[in-house]
Amino acid sequence: MNAALRNIPILPVAAVVVLVFAGFYDLRLWVLLAVWLGAWYINTRLARSDGPVAALWVPVIFGLTLVGLWELTVRLYEVSPVILPAPSAIAVAFAQNTDILWADFVQTILKGALVGYVIGCGAAFLVALAVDRSPFLQKGMLPVGSFLAALPIVGTAPIFVMWLGFGPASKAAVVVAMVFFPMLVNAVEGLKASDKMQRDLMHTYAASYWQSLVKLRLPTALPFLFNGLKICTTLALIGAIVAEFFGSPTVGMGFRIKIEVGRLAMDVVWAEITVAALAGTGFYGLMTLLERQLTFWHPSQR
Amino acid sequence: MSVAEAQAPPCAFCMAMRRISMAVLPVLTVVSVIVAIWYGGAYLMNRWVTLDTAQRQGVELTFNELFADTMAQERPRLPAPHQVAAELWNTTAGEELFRERRGELRPNPRNLLFHAYQTLAPTLLGFVIGSLAGLLLAIGIVHNRAMDLSVMPWAIASQTIPILAVAPIVIVVLNAVGLTGVVPKSLISAYLSFFPVVVGMVKGLRSPGAIDLDLLRTYSASRTETLFKLRLPASVPFLFASLKVGIAAALVGTIVAELPTGARFGLGARLLTGSYYGQTIQIWSALFMAAICAAILVAILGLIERATLRRMGLNR
Repeated sequence: MNAALRNIPILPVAAVVVLVFAGFYDLRLWVLLAVWLGAWYINTRLARSDGPVAALWVPVIFGLTLVGLWELTVRLYEVSPVILPAPSAIAVAFAQNTDILWADFVQTILKGALVGYVIGCGAAFLVALAVDRSPFLQKGMLPVGSFLAALPIVGTAPIFVMWLGFGPASKAAVVVAMVFFPMLVNAVEGLKASDKMQRDLMHTYAASYWQSLVKLRLPTALPFLFNGLKICTTLALIGAIVAEFFGSPTVGMGFRIKIEVGRLAMDVVWAEITVAALAGTGFYGLMTLLERQLTFWHPSQR
Repeated sequence: MSVAEAQAPPCAFCMAMRRISMAVLPVLTVVSVIVAIWYGGAYLMNRWVTLDTAQRQGVELTFNELFADTMAQERPRLPAPHQVAAELWNTTAGEELFRERRGELRPNPRNLLFHAYQTLAPTLLGFVIGSLAGLLLAIGIVHNRAMDLSVMPWAIASQTIPILAVAPIVIVVLNAVGLTGVVPKSLISAYLSFFPVVVGMVKGLRSPGAIDLDLLRTYSASRTETLFKLRLPASVPFLFASLKVGIAAALVGTIVAELPTGARFGLGARLLTGSYYGQTIQIWSALFMAAICAAILVAILGLIERATLRRMGLNR
């Protein structure tokens, strides 16, 4: 009995009690609370059963509940669409503006973020290969690189826009600057990842530098490379969108967000945010898939 | 190493010096190479303006004159390192922190430290809120399977969304509701430091092995006791790792949040006004101020981490 009492979650219970009492003043709170508790009850029941069913449906139900509560709150409290549009309104705006959203996607993600991502990660990898040949450079590059990787590089956006103009070139340049150092640090770490034993074995085979690079050190570096590549996906999107706040042609996600915020068309802004979220998750997911295909041997993938 | 060297015990001071030079020399080399490239770039990028002016005035320039001019332009395309350093010095030490205006003593907006403070205050406030909330959620996740299953996938997915890029909207919306000043900016930094802490702390709170958990069970420890006596102490290294990620993200978040809303004070505002008026030196000095702030914040966390881990007997 005592143990059961001690294990009661105090905070959530207190929150529910407060909400129930507040409901006497505002009946709408009871509706929201009922939806929440109902969904939570289903999830708690589902979570007790092990297996893939729970792992798939519990997060889905949770997400749907949040969206449902959002919709309900906006409707019940008649929140102004300028402040927070309902999910349904966002969906409508999304469906009505697919051509604009697609053009923005091509401009920002494909021409800006993706180009910069490929150039930046590629350059960082090549520099890492060069740095890797000299332990002296390695010792110097790693601290400097990880210091620079923690800096607010987004701040260089106005500089690149000033240098390269409003087109996608400046966005790609910002992305290059943002992804370069995180990728470099990870690549340098990765190239060091092979065991001394393994390298000695390659040496006894009389393997040349390139042979041991391709057959041993690149494969062992892959988990680190993918770690860098995955971190950089999000950075690339952020860089490309933020750079557009400083100047862009009349197309692009950052441009659209800036303009539509000014016109108070928040549903379009949220539709654009949805695109950014989908693009980010998709890009990241793509890298994760590739990683699974290529580093199937690594313990973290098993 | 010769025999004589190996036998003579090297003095502690020489060893320490050698270790320092082993660590510092490569870093210094890389940094000086970067500075050299920067000077070269400044010369190449600013050259055209100088040559243009000289041609219009019909003057022939020697290389020395040309080089000297590219290093001292008022609005260079790429300011030279010493120009940025001078600007940093002039706008921090060279300006008064407070000045008298309309009979009141007010902070001086010409001082870069004032702008840094305007950015740092919401960053730190948001960081504290976000980390505490993240810690609470992580504790909930570890203790409740339904919570774990429902929240964790979304917490991880949210890391892949470029939230930072949409930070300005949150500011605009909150301004429309009537919230201005420190609160909206700190909400952004709270949000950004929230998820790294959640993900890191869930890992940390789960890091005690089955043996340790079993031991506490044989003591008939309650879940609260297990939390405070085993899980939380075990998670401290994870906590600091995620706090460092979180505070860097929080600072960047505040700076970006200041961008398109026309904030008048703060490092982001300095970047924006600099880019509007072509004041490149101002942009670069704001950028360096931001970098210095980030470095100091991470360094402070690192020091606290080392002290804490040492007291807990966990440092390597």
